[in-house]
Amino acid sequence: MHIVVCIKQVPDSAQIRVHPVTNTIMRQGVPAIVNPYDLVALEEALRLKDRYQAHVTVLTMGPPQAETALRKALSFGADEAILLTDRAFAGADTLATSYALASAIRQIQKDMPVDLVFAGKQTIDGDTAQVGPGIAVRLGLQMLTYVCKIEALDLEQREITVQRRAEGGVQVLKTRLPALITVLEGINEMRFATMPDMFRAARHPLKVWDKDAAGIEDATRIGLKGSPTVVSKVFAPTPRTQKAEIVQTQSDQPRDQAATLLAKLFTKFPQLRAEIGRRAS
Amino acid sequence: MNDTTASTPPAKKPAGRRKFELDERLKAYKGVWVFIEHERGAAHPVSWELLGEGRKLADKLGVELGAVVPGAPGEDTQKFCAEAFQYGADLCYLIEDPALAEYRNQSYTRALTDLVNKYQPEILLLGATTLGRDLAGSVATTLQTGLTADCTELNIDMENRSLAATRPTFGGSLLCTIVTLNYRPQMATVRPRVMAMPARDETRTGRIVEHPLALVETDIVTKVLEFIPDERRDQANLPFADIIVAGGRGMKRPENFQLIWDLAKVLGAEVGATRPVVQAGWVGADRQVGQSGKTVRPKLYIAVGISGAVQHRVGMEGSDVVIAINQDPNAPIFDFATYGIVGNAMQIVPALTEAFRQHLATAKLAS
Repeated sequence: MHIVVCIKQVPDSAQIRVHPVTNTIMRQGVPAIVNPYDLVALEEALRLKDRYQAHVTVLTMGPPQAETALRKALSFGADEAILLTDRAFAGADTLATSYALASAIRQIQKDMPVDLVFAGKQTIDGDTAQVGPGIAVRLGLQMLTYVCKIEALDLEQREITVQRRAEGGVQVLKTRLPALITVLEGINEMRFATMPDMFRAARHPLKVWDKDAAGIEDATRIGLKGSPTVVSKVFAPTPRTQKAEIVQTQSDQPRDQAATLLAKLFTKFPQLRAEIGRRAS
Repeated sequence: MNDTTASTPPAKKPAGRRKFELDERLKAYKGVWVFIEHERGAAHPVSWELLGEGRKLADKLGVELGAVVPGAPGEDTQKFCAEAFQYGADLCYLIEDPALAEYRNQSYTRALTDLVNKYQPEILLLGATTLGRDLAGSVATTLQTGLTADCTELNIDMENRSLAATRPTFGGSLLCTIVTLNYRPQMATVRPRVMAMPARDETRTGRIVEHPLALVETDIVTKVLEFIPDERRDQANLPFADIIVAGGRGMKRPENFQLIWDLAKVLGAEVGATRPVVQAGWVGADRQVGQSGKTVRPKLYIAVGISGAVQHRVGMEGSDVVIAINQDPNAPIFDFATYGIVGNAMQIVPALTEAFRQHLATAKLAS
């Protein structure tokens, strides 16, 4: 079995600051991490590897520094890593990104057929959740998004059964391989990489593909040129501003603070008193 | 969203350099559509919220507002059409087929792309639910057009009649407005509770356009073996909760989170959390509030040990009243809360739980 896991290197959005005057992202000092949702997908793929002796290839598109993300994936146990990097990929929206990644996966298939493609449910920088479905459509893979459990995998019948988070419940879906799975967070815990794993990953040869190596057939469909959407304006949000009225009490005792807060709350917002009363009764 | 982080440089250059004039064949695309999402007999409220927003866009453009209602024959599709008219649709595209009985990507993608190719809308809106995002991604790729996810504002750029879709980026630190150039339809998804629910006009009606679709069940590879409803799973429904008690990293330890649950129980509230807390596994991912979680607009939001990072704020700033409890008097949460208590959450939350409990007991006695 051959599994491709798509990952992305992202700035840790929890640490991003916006320059107050220029409204630009201040990247300095913001660490680049592997998109946390992609690690959940990688772990799920590695579990299948442990069970079925699968070959796991990790694939990413990004600047040369994205190598770090691939090395990390290798240290956890991926067998092979491919970096798509080319100035021509720059500025891609999700449609152009899925075109490039799908082309690369077609190239990967030439060496070894691919049974499953894994991706995180979304990235923490773009948050679109669109690239996974895009790849599935382009490669004609069965598409399983927001998967919270792989129930069964039958390699002989080439069938997979998964639980998928839907609105108001969980769908149990059975489909044929090859399939693309985007994985919901919280369904597994990433394994640890040992020191020898990390050394091995550091020495592991990477495949670095430019647009030709990635088998891009139509260069007008990648990068900014291949992106139907463009950003016309970037601006800072005007957030809700309301300086909190800080509850002050003479004693600083939590009990007094709580009582004072309730009194203020119910005086100013009598509808909340009614709401809470209704729910409790 | 333009993937400004994948590589250099951010796509911030003016859109004007690229072709804004529509091809002749794309000028035929007219009308605003909303996909009506329904499962097991109930329409998702986000569909009506989108009709409210779609109505404004259609009026600006001077075009009709269409609702797309797919489903199996005999399902409540007629009822959903009638409701769609009441929430502002001028016409409904009704696609009935046994293969549409339960949501599956393949059959729904086929239905929606077929309909788009035949009737050619200029704008297509879907809810950013697990269904809507699954469907929108594959439909946009199949149609080879642009899709903007999780928009918080939709508008028409009257200069070229294009959809200007605004969405948060970089975890909500910035907003960007995205336009789709020489491609149609222009697609966008919007999360539940981001747009206001429009008023319902019971007298409003419209016309139904039926679109037959000869799907063959055996052509659809994926089968639904079972649906396990959330009542059997204790899944949270945060977007529609009226009271939420949420905890952040300031709760320090997973066992302290019990204090949040206790307060929520007394108030009949849902429990919410920040991303770090969810990532640490203290609570399930269905309880995450924020840019990569859920958008909520409760009447009361109690934020405990939450600093108020922008990525959390964007998910909860639509709350009517916010109470913040934090040890750090300079925490950003106090800049957008109604009331604040500075202090140790581990002591204040139990006191608050007790105060609410007493209040309720007294109120009960009095009644």
